[in-house]
Amino acid sequence: MNEIPLTHILFVSTALFFIGMYGLFTRRNMITMLMSVELILNSVNINFVAFNKYLFPEKLDGVFFSIFIVTIAAAEAAVAIAIIINLYRSHHSIDVEDAGEMKY
Amino acid sequence: MSASAIIFYIVSAFILGCGILAVTTRKIFRSAIWLLFSLIGIAGLYFWMDMQFIAAVQIVVYVGGIVVLIIFSIFLTQKSGNEMAKPPASRKGFAIAAVLIGFALIWQLISHHDFKQTSTTAIDVNVANIGSQLLSTTEHGYILPFEVVSILLLAAMIGCIVIAMKKTETA
Repeated sequence: MNEIPLTHILFVSTALFFIGMYGLFTRRNMITMLMSVELILNSVNINFVAFNKYLFPEKLDGVFFSIFIVTIAAAEAAVAIAIIINLYRSHHSIDVEDAGEMKY
Repeated sequence: MSASAIIFYIVSAFILGCGILAVTTRKIFRSAIWLLFSLIGIAGLYFWMDMQFIAAVQIVVYVGGIVVLIIFSIFLTQKSGNEMAKPPASRKGFAIAAVLIGFALIWQLISHHDFKQTSTTAIDVNVANIGSQLLSTTEHGYILPFEVVSILLLAAMIGCIVIAMKKTETA
């Protein structure tokens, strides 16, 4: 794997981050926005593991950070889906435009 | 170009292609499936980097947990055969412009930065090493974040039950 420079892996993770960003900007459905957030979190994980592997091969800290990010992402997804289901019960829609009164 | 490099480029193209399809397709169920493939591709990238444990965690938690949860919530809240509304052209244009400008800025930074490797002695990233450092109480141990994150998971679990619970009329 050493003939691939680190910048190529960073290119992949940056591109994945901005793909998730694009989804977050254009989608108005809460579940698809949640999927975009998952893509963004995964791109950060790729960065942590790649830096650990390429720049600090004698340490394990990048591995731990990505494990904790995965854990927190799981908790976040569970809470988000509970909120989405609750919102669907009261509004019969999970479009963010239909939940505008929560802004005020 | 060696086989390892070719595998890296194939896996990367797979991740990015599935990611783009996941955020652009208009059927929500297909979007979830493309997300699933993208996450599997990321697990493949971890395998390529010799990080078997992280790859296993990725497959178990994301593919086996989060995507299944998302698919369940799609079935509970959506008519999954329907197509979602197209985003208006102005929003789409602004989103593409913002994303491309942001990507150009970050890529500019990355491509001009000189990343220096600090040491060449590689540690063996196996489950035994990860486990003993994760649970060690010495200076570089991660026992405190481990405990904090377990409290967070418990809180999230109770919170989900409370939020999604049906309110009974008598209570």
